[in-house]
Amino acid sequence: MTPNQRGFVTLLKKEVMRFWAVLGQTVTAPVITALLYLLVFAQALSGRASAYDGISYTEFLVPGLIMMTVMQNAFANTSSSLIQSKVMGNLVFLQMAPLGPWEWFAAYVLAALVRCVLVASAMFIATLFFVPLPVHQPLAILAMFLLSAGSLAVVGLIAGIVSQKFDHIAAFTNFFINPLAFLSGVFYSVHALPPFWYTASHLNPFFYMIDGFRFGFFGHADVPILHSIAWSAGFFALASAVCMRMLITGYKMKR
Amino acid sequence: MTNSPSNALDIVGVRKSYGSLQALKGVEFSIPRGEFFGLLGPNGAGKSTLISIIAGLVQADVGQIAVLGHDTVGDFRHARRLLGVVPQELVFDPFFKVRDMLRIQAGYYGAGREVWPWIDEMLERLDLTSKANTSMRALSGGMKRRVLIAQALVHKPPVVILDEPTAGVDVELRRTLWQFMSDLHRQGQTVVLTTHYLEEAQEMCSRIAILDRGEVKALESTRQLLRRHPFRFLRVKLAGNAALPEALRELVASESDGSIELKLETGKHPIGSVFDALRDAGVAIEDVQTRDPDLEDIFVELTR
Ligand SMILES: Nc1ncnc2c1ncn2[C@@H]1O[C@H](COP(=O)(O)OP(=O)(O)O)[C@@H](O)[C@H]1O
Ligand SMILES: [Mg+2]
Repeated sequence: MTPNQRGFVTLLKKEVMRFWAVLGQTVTAPVITALLYLLVFAQALSGRASAYDGISYTEFLVPGLIMMTVMQNAFANTSSSLIQSKVMGNLVFLQMAPLGPWEWFAAYVLAALVRCVLVASAMFIATLFFVPLPVHQPLAILAMFLLSAGSLAVVGLIAGIVSQKFDHIAAFTNFFINPLAFLSGVFYSVHALPPFWYTASHLNPFFYMIDGFRFGFFGHADVPILHSIAWSAGFFALASAVCMRMLITGYKMKR
Repeated sequence: MTNSPSNALDIVGVRKSYGSLQALKGVEFSIPRGEFFGLLGPNGAGKSTLISIIAGLVQADVGQIAVLGHDTVGDFRHARRLLGVVPQELVFDPFFKVRDMLRIQAGYYGAGREVWPWIDEMLERLDLTSKANTSMRALSGGMKRRVLIAQALVHKPPVVILDEPTAGVDVELRRTLWQFMSDLHRQGQTVVLTTHYLEEAQEMCSRIAILDRGEVKALESTRQLLRRHPFRFLRVKLAGNAALPEALRELVASESDGSIELKLETGKHPIGSVFDALRDAGVAIEDVQTRDPDLEDIFVELTR
C-alpha cells in the first residue's frame, strides 16, 4: 500500500468504527422503526388494492421502506460524522493530514455504504418473516441501491460541509430529506395521486430511487427502470460534482 | 521564493484578513533547520492564524509557505508529512481511546505498525502509559494536552510547531513539556514554540520573532534581541522612604513597596551619576540592585 492509500483506508476504517461501535443506534433502531411502519400500515391498509396486479399492499410497501431507511441512514452517517468533528473541533486532525479531496470523498461515502448494506440486509431478512419478496432483477436492485445510498451519502457530506452546528443538519433533514423521502411514493403508487402531485413526483429524484428499486423486486414500476437509473445516476453525478468542488476549494472548511 | 530545503520553514508575504480585520499584514521570515524558534506576540497578534495557514487549516489571501522546500498548497502532501502541529485549542475525539486515536492519526499519514513502538515510547515519555486504553473523554485537561502533543508527532515530523502548549498547565507538567521539547530539539527536530511565558522563550529559544498586530516587529537571535536595547535597571530603596530628587524622576520605570526601579540608558545615564544626584539631594540609600533587561522588558518595548 502506498502512504496515500493507507491514509484513505485508515479514514474509511475510522468512519466504519464510528457507527459499528453503536450498531444499536445506527442499524438496529432504524430497522425497528421501519418494521413498525410496516406493521402499522400493512394492518391499517391491508384491504387496499395494491398498485400492481398480483402484489399485495404489504409486499408493495417493503422495497420502498427499505429504500427510505437506506437513504435516511446514508445521509445521517456522513452528515453526523462531519458535524460532530466540526463541533468538537477534532476535524483539524484530519484537515492537517496529507489526505486529498478524493480520499475524503471516497472514505466518507464508502463508510456510509457499509452501514446501508447492513441496514438493507437486516430489513430484507426481517421482512421475510412477514412477506417473502420476489427478486426479479438482482442487478437492478444492486444498481439502485448503490446509486441511492451513494447519492444520499454525498448529500450528507455536503450538508456536513456547509453546516456549522447540529441545528443546521436537523434543518436539512427536516426540510429536505424527510419531505422528499415521504413524497416519493414509499406508501403509494404515484398513479393514485392528483395530477399536480403526480407531475411534481416526477421531478423528485427520490421517487426514481424508490421506483427503480421496487422494479428490481417486482419487475413492475411506475416508470421504466432505465429512467430511474438515469435520474439516480444523474443526481449522484451532480451531487458528487458539487461536493468535490467544495472539498477542493475548501468551501466553509478552510476559514 | 527561497525554497531552500535548508530552511525548515519559508514564509513569504503572507496576508490574511477576516472582513475588515487584517490578521496578518505581509508576514515574511524563514526558520533554518534544527532551530528552536520562538514565535511571540500579544493576544490577537496573529500567531495562531499564521500557524493555521502553515498547517493547511486556513487559506492565506496571498503569500506562500514551504516546509523544507515543499509548498503547503501546491505540494501539500509532502509538506504535511514533514510537519507536526499542536493546536492551541484542546480539541479531541471523545469517541476513541488514547492509543487507538494515536494509531489512527498515524494511519492518516500513511504510517502503520512500524510506528506503534514509537507511539508507546511517546506515551511513556509523556507519562500517559497508564491512560493508553482510556477514552479521550475521561482525561483531565493536562492529559488531553499531552495526547495532543503526541498526536502531532505520530509520524515523526522533522518540523514541529507547538501553539501555546504550556498555557494553563501546572508547574509539573510544564517542566515535563520543557524536557520533552528539549529532547525533540536535541534529536534534530526543528521546534517552533508559541508561548506567553517570556522566561520560557528566553530559556528555550535560540531565535525569536515577535509578531504584533499582524506584523513582524523583531526577528533575531535571543541573545541579540536581549542586547538590542542598551539599557539596564537600577532598583533603589531610599532611607525613610524619602522622595526621589526631581532630576531622576524621568528615569522611573516602576515603583513597588518603597523601592523604585530606574531605567538607565547605557552611556547616557551612568550609575555613578544617579548616586551623585542622590547624595547631592541628601538622600540616604538603604538598598540597591541592578538587573539587565529580560525578554519581557523588550517585548513591552516592541509591542507598545
Ligand atoms: N476565524 C476567525 N474569524 C474572524 N477573526 C478571526 C478568526 N481567527 C482569528 N481572528 C482574529 O484574528 C486576529 C489574530 O488572531 P490569532 O491568530 O488567534 O492571534 P494569537 O494567536 O496571536 O493570539 C485576532 O484579532 C482574532 O480575533
Ligand atoms: Mg493563539
